[in-house]
Amino acid sequence: MADLQSQDYIRRSATTLTPPSVRNHEAEVAKLIDVTRCIGCKACQAACMEWNDLRTEMQSFEGSYDNPKDLDPSTWTLMRFTEHETADGNLEWLIRKDGCMHCEDPGCLKACPAPGAIVQYANGIVDFISENCIGCGYCVKGCPFNIPRISKVDHKSYKCTLCSDRVGVGLEPACVKACPTGAIMFGSKADMADWAGERIVDLKSRGYENAGLYDPPGVSGTHVMYVLHHADKPSLYAGLPDDPKISAAVEFWKGLIKPVALAGVALAAVSGFLHWVVAGPNEVQPEDEVEAQHLLAAERSKRDTENRYIADEPA
Amino acid sequence: MTNTWQDIKNADVVVVMGGNAAEAHPCGFKWVIEAKIENGAKLVVIDPRFTRTASVADYYAPIRPGTDIAFLLGVIRYLLEKDKIQHDYVRAYTNASLIVKDGFGFEDGLFSGYSEETHSYDKSSWDYELDDQAFAKIDDTWQHPRCVMNLLRQHVARYTPEMVSRICGTPQDKYLHICEMFASTSAPDKAMTSLFALGWTQHSIGSQNIRTMAMVQLLLGNIGVAGGGMNALRGHSNIQGLTDIGLLSNLMPGYLTLPSDKETNFEDYMTTRLFKPVRPNQMSYWQNYKKFFVSFQKSIYGDAATPENNWAYDWLPKLDIPLYDVIKAFEMMNKGEMNGYICQGFNPVQAFPDRGKIRRGLSKLKFLVTMDPLDTETSRFWEDFGPQNPADSANIQTEVFQLPTTCFAEENGSLVNSTRWLQWHWKAAEPPGEAKSDIWIMASIYHRMREMYRKEGGAFPDPILNLTWNYTDPTDPDPEELAKDMNGRARTEIKDASGAVTLKAGQLLDGFAQLRDDGTTESGCWIFSGCYTEKGNQMARRDTSDPREQGIAPNWAWAWPANRRILYNRASADVEGKPWNPKKPLIEWNGNKWVGIDVPDYGPTIKPSDGVGPFIMNAEGLGRLFARDQMVEGPFPEHYEPFESPVPNVLHPKVRSNPAARVFPDDLAAFGLAPEFPYVATTYRLTEHFHFWTKHALINAILQPEEFIEIGEVLAQQKGITQGSWVRVASKRGHVVCKAYVTKRIKPLTVDGKPTHVIGVPIHWGFTGQARKGYGANTLTPSVGDANTQTPEFKAFLVNIESTSAPVA
Repeated sequence: MADLQSQDYIRRSATTLTPPSVRNHEAEVAKLIDVTRCIGCKACQAACMEWNDLRTEMQSFEGSYDNPKDLDPSTWTLMRFTEHETADGNLEWLIRKDGCMHCEDPGCLKACPAPGAIVQYANGIVDFISENCIGCGYCVKGCPFNIPRISKVDHKSYKCTLCSDRVGVGLEPACVKACPTGAIMFGSKADMADWAGERIVDLKSRGYENAGLYDPPGVSGTHVMYVLHHADKPSLYAGLPDDPKISAAVEFWKGLIKPVALAGVALAAVSGFLHWVVAGPNEVQPEDEVEAQHLLAAERSKRDTENRYIADEPA
Repeated sequence: MTNTWQDIKNADVVVVMGGNAAEAHPCGFKWVIEAKIENGAKLVVIDPRFTRTASVADYYAPIRPGTDIAFLLGVIRYLLEKDKIQHDYVRAYTNASLIVKDGFGFEDGLFSGYSEETHSYDKSSWDYELDDQAFAKIDDTWQHPRCVMNLLRQHVARYTPEMVSRICGTPQDKYLHICEMFASTSAPDKAMTSLFALGWTQHSIGSQNIRTMAMVQLLLGNIGVAGGGMNALRGHSNIQGLTDIGLLSNLMPGYLTLPSDKETNFEDYMTTRLFKPVRPNQMSYWQNYKKFFVSFQKSIYGDAATPENNWAYDWLPKLDIPLYDVIKAFEMMNKGEMNGYICQGFNPVQAFPDRGKIRRGLSKLKFLVTMDPLDTETSRFWEDFGPQNPADSANIQTEVFQLPTTCFAEENGSLVNSTRWLQWHWKAAEPPGEAKSDIWIMASIYHRMREMYRKEGGAFPDPILNLTWNYTDPTDPDPEELAKDMNGRARTEIKDASGAVTLKAGQLLDGFAQLRDDGTTESGCWIFSGCYTEKGNQMARRDTSDPREQGIAPNWAWAWPANRRILYNRASADVEGKPWNPKKPLIEWNGNKWVGIDVPDYGPTIKPSDGVGPFIMNAEGLGRLFARDQMVEGPFPEHYEPFESPVPNVLHPKVRSNPAARVFPDDLAAFGLAPEFPYVATTYRLTEHFHFWTKHALINAILQPEEFIEIGEVLAQQKGITQGSWVRVASKRGHVVCKAYVTKRIKPLTVDGKPTHVIGVPIHWGFTGQARKGYGANTLTPSVGDANTQTPEFKAFLVNIESTSAPVA
């Protein structure tokens, strides 16, 4: 959501320019997801779909309450349900709202080769600027949480914006507003950490000795944090990484190889220029357009055939 | 609810049993979370499945569907044996000390007075022994062998921890741990709240499920206090309003009851309704019945209801059977005894048991009228939708009139929520297409019927021709006009004893205390009186201020009765009028009157020394551990097996299921037996959907797109059923083909020494709407209801299951 000025950026992908960062005086924000008071109702998912006006394809039941099955370009948040048996034979149903963690040190942004396709604002939110995205998928590789998804239709990458459009005008993210049990809170990162501390004291008094805050240092902390009953084993919660780090390949690229690779890129550019001089420009060919239309049509007709009978939706 | 949603935060223990509050009432459930966080409350969940509520519980125990009474009578036994009851409360506020008649007894599963022929009881022995002034005899030392306390002790003695575990399948250690948690709230300053819903009502012993917990709560002193109570979480935004306004076939508004055909004259009718006190000095508030009744008759018949015609008593329908409920209606359709059906905001093809019988019944009608904002399955029952609704349209002669209606957001009006608040809402959007409000449709039908009666006469035109109809637009009465009718007004100038005018003619009443039995007042629903007064629409109030922050918020909307938020709140104070829990007082005696944050459920100036009991609607003024004649199957609850059960009743094999339940012969023949259908099934709702409505909305369909059942890992393994694969679940009445969710959340229970498997059947999918087509859980369920209310037994029945392939469309 490119609704904030570039003056608000503190980081910008694939650029050596230092953003003006005029809003550095602003407090960093955080969304705190208290897994221990979440009832998995999916109001957050519905609110996300409503606010961002997203309707992914209706899927089928495949043996869990996770629906849609996975994040996709039109599903930016998702409840993931895990049935966990404890050592003493009791059951826990661990329910975690998955989505972008808005890392302080975002692997997606570091990995992104497209200038300005991924930015970070002064408040900490990491946002994708679609018009700059080239759909290369490096952000997917760079993300330690496996969040961004590339659209098959426009080959651009999509994920949760932390409702940067709402936050920019002083509102909380839509999921926070919709949560009926107050399991999703929003405020300054410092306040959220304080509140998490109170929750952890309560959880410890109820026998959850390893209760704690998930704010992983491997990415310098996140702007979406979890209160977990078992902070010693985050991976219990549908594979939340125990110790997320930006992949070594990305760090290697950014650190050592980048200058060398940039030379390679320059070489490619020169070759491209020569190609243009000799063979003329590459343009979007009619067959590319046909392919895109085909993808859209296939999705539409799939939806229709799966609903032989579609009733009028109440207004 | 006796208490409010907000009041749940005051609880020390929250028990969710017979419901799944987090899943089915996610918004209200915030107050449970609040109780945990702000009050250190412990949440206990007792459910056949590990539910979303269980996922945030402090303690969970499984139970076999349909055995809650055994569990709770065991709890009572535990509380009495360990002496964990709130003694002063029980002695002063319950009927524990009253002495029961000599003829009362219980043997081999039957109470005294049973008739094998009629499957009903002569209840004359289910009452107190009276003294020469017709007051119940009392022994507050609890020495008399027939005082209620001793009869109760004797009745629950069989429910040992071993027996509870044997019947319910709940492991003994878990059961005893829960007993301890409940018992902790017998301290006068501790409270437990009971949250329940259809998990208790939808049984052939549903009313007794609830009664048993009410008895537990009375023994613990948890009724009438902050953070306590019996809290029925209603399943629909206005289902409380439906019952309040008397939309059941045996009720009139405000829980007045329709006469039976034996009550041919007004005097007979009145003598059985005006409950005289059975203890000295009691309020026995139903003594005012005639004021409510006459004011109701004046509201609907105006000047035509006179003392001479007994306030038009003869124009009321008289019941020849206790109830014309939905199960009865479909029985009549199937027999050709009911030929037309108006389905207003109701989708029985999805919502009532034994879908095959429902469809056969509708197919025999001459006409069916559906009034609904949605394209319901009921309005399309005649159309072939493949295996999910295989209809032979050519052979169905029913003429169907499908009338599209507005939904709540397209009209002004009020909804009554679970906690008895009447909340006004405002129209937010224009209705689509030709949709009309229910009021417009009903008014239009009325005008045409009246015209036909006027022109053509008819068997009995008086009740229709004499109805009053004073609305600005007679074809479309305004919701505010109707609200004022409910509230009531003075019909003439009314003066007090000194001759001063207290009410001008036409003046809206302040409350039901102003109602009179001489025809000078009118009110369409006495319990709603006070909702729309001369001060304006009280339901539209939106003041959130909350003195003491105890969840009372007295100026938010309006609660019946009399804007009272916590029922029986007199019981929150001790006999002298001091709060049991000084930290969370509701009302207290200040020496002259009752004061506090809530409207007293009591005479405002009745002195504590007058000995008036806090349960003012009861003739003895006391909470009833012994129900007298109020329940059809007994004054004490007793464990009866569901009508379809895999095991015998180990307590009394000869009386297996509710002996007073009504079962039609064809339904009896359609009950399955365990050898053929060995698994216990139970139906339920999921958060992603609201009944059968939200499958019409794309977002909800995306969040939970397709019909499935839940099965434990052990049974799945035995039957070769893999995760997400197709299964066929069958009962004696029909089958569904859907996906399987193999889960750790349902474990086999050991019942009477044998493993018992439970299969969960969510209800939401049908053959209209946006979600994938489904067969519907009611294809499987048996057509039998609770013996008191006829609420269908959706929560415990028998099925078989096998692996299969996808249905062929």
